[in-house]
Amino acid sequence: MEIYMDNAATTRVYSEVIDTVGKVMRSDYGNPSSLHMKGVDAEHYIRCAKETFAKILKVDEKEIIFTSGGTESNNTALIGAAMANRRSGQHIITTCIEHASVYEPMMYLEKQGFEITWLPVNDHGIVNLDALKEAVRPDTILVSVMCVNNEIGTVQPIEDVAAIVKSCNPSALIHVDAIQGFGKLVLHPKKLGIDLLSISGHKFHGPKGTGVLWVRDRVKVQPLILGGGQQKAMRSGTENVPGIAGMAKAAEMEYTDLENKLQHLYELRTYFIDEVEKLEGTVVNGGKKRGYLRMSEDSEACAAPHVVSVSFADVRAEVLLHALEEAGVYVSSGSACSSNHPAISGTLKAIGVQKCYLDATLRFSFSFDTTKEDIDECVAQLSRLLPMLRRYTPGGRKKGGKRV
Amino acid sequence: MFKAFLIKYGEIGIKGKNRYLFEYALMDQIKFSLRKVEGQFSVSKEQGRVYVEALSDFDYDEVVKALSRVFGIVAICPVVLCDNNEWGHLCQVVGDYMEETYPDKKLTFKVFARRADKQYPKHSMEIAADMGEYLLDRFPDMSVDVHKPDVALNIEVRERTYIYSISIPGPGGMPVGTNGKATLLLSGGIDSPVAGYMIAKRGVKIDAVYFHAPPYTSERAKQKVVDLAKIVAAYAGPIQLHVINFTDIQLAIYDKCPHDELTIIMRRYMMKIAEHIALEEGSLGLITGESIGQVASQTMQSLRATNAVCTLPVYRPVIGFDKNDIVEISEKIGAFETSIQPFEDCCTIFVAKHPVTKPNVRAIERSEHHLVDVIDDLMKKAIETRETILCE
Repeated sequence: MEIYMDNAATTRVYSEVIDTVGKVMRSDYGNPSSLHMKGVDAEHYIRCAKETFAKILKVDEKEIIFTSGGTESNNTALIGAAMANRRSGQHIITTCIEHASVYEPMMYLEKQGFEITWLPVNDHGIVNLDALKEAVRPDTILVSVMCVNNEIGTVQPIEDVAAIVKSCNPSALIHVDAIQGFGKLVLHPKKLGIDLLSISGHKFHGPKGTGVLWVRDRVKVQPLILGGGQQKAMRSGTENVPGIAGMAKAAEMEYTDLENKLQHLYELRTYFIDEVEKLEGTVVNGGKKRGYLRMSEDSEACAAPHVVSVSFADVRAEVLLHALEEAGVYVSSGSACSSNHPAISGTLKAIGVQKCYLDATLRFSFSFDTTKEDIDECVAQLSRLLPMLRRYTPGGRKKGGKRV
Repeated sequence: MFKAFLIKYGEIGIKGKNRYLFEYALMDQIKFSLRKVEGQFSVSKEQGRVYVEALSDFDYDEVVKALSRVFGIVAICPVVLCDNNEWGHLCQVVGDYMEETYPDKKLTFKVFARRADKQYPKHSMEIAADMGEYLLDRFPDMSVDVHKPDVALNIEVRERTYIYSISIPGPGGMPVGTNGKATLLLSGGIDSPVAGYMIAKRGVKIDAVYFHAPPYTSERAKQKVVDLAKIVAAYAGPIQLHVINFTDIQLAIYDKCPHDELTIIMRRYMMKIAEHIALEEGSLGLITGESIGQVASQTMQSLRATNAVCTLPVYRPVIGFDKNDIVEISEKIGAFETSIQPFEDCCTIFVAKHPVTKPNVRAIERSEHHLVDVIDDLMKKAIETRETILCE
């Protein structure tokens, strides 16, 4: 049996999406820039995809830009907006738990002479709004806050962030990295009051190498990729027509009957957390109740439906991960994107996870396909493996493991 | 311009009656290394020399790269072939060769002539002198220095004339396959691929053993070892990599033996398993990347303790090398980048805080006695269930 619980890393492509991609590749292979019928046919897919995203996000079609994925969307949004608005100021604000595709462009901008303020987060990973209020200055040009954290699944109060930023400095732009949020939350960027939004196709059962950047009308962004002037010169390069068509199909499917699917997924999440907490020596990181994009009275109400971060006492995350893998359960340690680095996760440090747990934390991430049986099997494997692995760690032996 | 390569080999030349065996092994290795290069080549041996001649178009850099990895080659000389030996024509070809090869004409040269074709109207001294004269006339900036020339221009007159002056150093050593086979304990670190390379360089064919400990070591760690074996195989020829599942043995040791002796006991079982496979596969020795004092398990006492379990000789070519020296070779053979990928190997996972550095063989044997009920079965199972991967 194969139980895939690494949906925050990437997702299985829906078979309808594969059909769409195959159809475009086989018969509608034209270049959308070509003047003949083949080009017109290809362009049609792009138009339809724009319509789909415009409808889901409740934005204008002309505000949609297709990119090669989340990383490109974030890079274009941050570097493009910072460079284009440099004359209004050089101050940028972000949080200390952003993904590398935000963090690294910020480091780059810092080298280019911009001043970056890194906002702290609380122990559930929620950005500190008081600190934000203090940080916004007249020369702040850009604020970037992620929608859902990739490592612990915290939903950020984007509505409040936008309100605070716009009340302190109406001309500052707000970028939201919604790569983990799209498909798991209702996102209406105009209503939220933000200006830029990044989406990645393969996080919601679309093809890899596809993404969207939404740029509010009349917001100045300098393109990073120059060439043939496609997509109104905002992103040159022949459009990835099959990928874009496939991603649009996936988005459409993901947002069909969303509320029901979300309720089901939250129920599963709660069930999983309850079961995991019954095991000895486990700590669930982050909030436990459904989060919306605004600050809640209840500090637990900040969770995305699909990500659960669990720390295990006296086990090394990588070993537990491989042991689960042998049992057919696929999960990830920290964030898959950063787990290749020997450096320990920034998010876990930022939310104050104890030092001994930093190297002992796994991320379980679900999709709408995840079933209760999957969860039961995963928990069963955990309860089988944890005592076994703890026998061979110094801490585990002290706590009653077998002694020679 | 170049149509052939003259292969110079060093110590093979001083072999006695079985010299031909070495020459044929060298030719085989050359053919093998050229297999992956685009183009047709013939490899031939005449009068104590090996020639590689291109029968079709080829990529010069690719061929030189392939040849410079064949052990036994001391130098590679790119040769220009001249089909028409008529003197006027020959002068023209040699002149054009000098023109193209040395853009800066302010140099000293010496002509070395050989006349294999004794019917040729000029004898070798005359060829050298007359060719020198022609070149001096054609390139007034050049001069002759018979003691320390910048350029040693070789002209060999046979049915065709061979012209060469460039000499690209080869790796030296002996052709692989002329010295039996040995089994390398390959860990995924920096030292063991270098050790394998160094022994292969002396003409030894290499087999490798890797100890895999899932779930403590990942698939990627195994892939890394396969990649390293392939890098060594680019020099040493195809390598059979035996992957041993070592988890159960490791856990048994952890369960039953004192923790400060874990590493040393583990290494002893690794050696035993490696020796078993070596004997099964017809190897004549084991190779490790150990270097005295590098880590706790490589002190003189520890080496003695690990060595005590083997009957086959254990070759440790980097034994007296500092890490820097090993890294230098690792970089030279292109293994370093792969070696430093950060994946756990089975030695680093069950490590005691303070492992013994001066183990006593008797004490270790006493500790191993705790394993006596299970170890034979575990070893047998590990050896029988091994996975063999051909790396080339």
